[in-house]
Amino acid sequence: MSDITPSQTVGPYFAYGLAPHSRCHWQPSPHYDSKETVGANLITPDATGQKIHIEGSVLDGDGKPINDAMIEIWQADSQGRYAHARGEKPRPNAKFTGFGRSATDKAGVYSFDTVKPGVVPGPDGKPQAPHIVFCIYSRGMLRQVYTRLYFSDEASNAADPILTLVPADRRVTLIAHKEMRGELAVYRFDIRVQGENETVFFDI
Amino acid sequence: MTFIYPRESLSVYPKHLSPEYKSTVKRSPSKPLIIVPHTLSELTGPAFGHDAVQEGDNDLTKQHKGEPLGERIIVHGHVYDEDKRPVADTLVEIWQANACGRYVHNVDQHPAPLDPNFTGAGRTVTDKNGHYKFVTVKPGAYPWGNHPNAWRPNHIHFSVFGQSFVSRLVTQMYFPGDPLFPFDPIFNSVTDEKARLRMVSSFDLENTIPDWALCFRFDIVLRGREQTPTHTEKH
Repeated sequence: MSDITPSQTVGPYFAYGLAPHSRCHWQPSPHYDSKETVGANLITPDATGQKIHIEGSVLDGDGKPINDAMIEIWQADSQGRYAHARGEKPRPNAKFTGFGRSATDKAGVYSFDTVKPGVVPGPDGKPQAPHIVFCIYSRGMLRQVYTRLYFSDEASNAADPILTLVPADRRVTLIAHKEMRGELAVYRFDIRVQGENETVFFDI
Repeated sequence: MTFIYPRESLSVYPKHLSPEYKSTVKRSPSKPLIIVPHTLSELTGPAFGHDAVQEGDNDLTKQHKGEPLGERIIVHGHVYDEDKRPVADTLVEIWQANACGRYVHNVDQHPAPLDPNFTGAGRTVTDKNGHYKFVTVKPGAYPWGNHPNAWRPNHIHFSVFGQSFVSRLVTQMYFPGDPLFPFDPIFNSVTDEKARLRMVSSFDLENTIPDWALCFRFDIVLRGREQTPTHTEKH
């Protein structure tokens, strides 16, 4: 039996502590204004590559929006490099962390501004298609769930070593669909926690 | 040093669906999770420098003009990996109700007073020994709607990072001897008693400061151990 500390739900009131300036409907009054340690805009002045916007709804088993969820994302930079602390070479875009956090708003919608990640090394030397790791927390979730966002305009998805482990009929739940909003590429990625078209979650 | 994250360690976690906690019924995956190997995307994670926090962010009693009401306490401990090695330089965030059991969040409608001198959020980064420390007030118990006369035990929410994105932990720290333990479906969603008690802090007389504040110790163990021939994970 492992000695790790068990997980507990993030509960309904995390916003003022973890995501005070996010989309959440907790509005910090001047009196209780809180600091933001991690935000939903990952774009730093030194970030390279294509700037993109990601947004989507988080839905429960009845298809109702979850208005008190928190999403965290972890991604490589446009060159496929993770800003990991240990053993990495200095990168020219050292300020780009690849980590972001968004709460959902009243309509259950989260969003991020970031850059499109590059191809990342995978198992057995096979490349992984560009992707972003998603981690979802909310009231009613006693432990976080992990999923991945893949991009609809990437031919390399077909050979991705993780995506190909997913039953073919469920892969669609991991693909974010691109639409142009003026000059900005917006990727729509809804997360269905349960039920019909349930998003694929990974046991990692 | 190469870290591995055996899935077996997660056996102490609550099940996604724990019907006694009603909100899990519609918010838990119904299809089996898909087992995937740990790639670079899972084995890496965000790094935080000490610039992620500011001096004083770990003292929740000094964020306003006056001192908050309630019982001043010190909460400290170490963050470890599964080999009991300290996890240095990792971000620890907390949030909690005030001494009356009220959160500043506007969704919280519990008719207990807000405290103009208490927000209830703090953060710090562990030192080279994996140690963290907060000064705060003891949070109050509060009612919730899960079942008739449901009350949450006193608790402080914790968010911790660790070596990689898969060592990420969000949990709750409880206080020793709470009479509400037997009735709380969130606490009891951890069915293994030893594991459940790892979420309960211990009273720390040695670090209690005379004439000033009681101290509670809460050590946190995150996923991750050094890869050795006997610990090779099978995918």
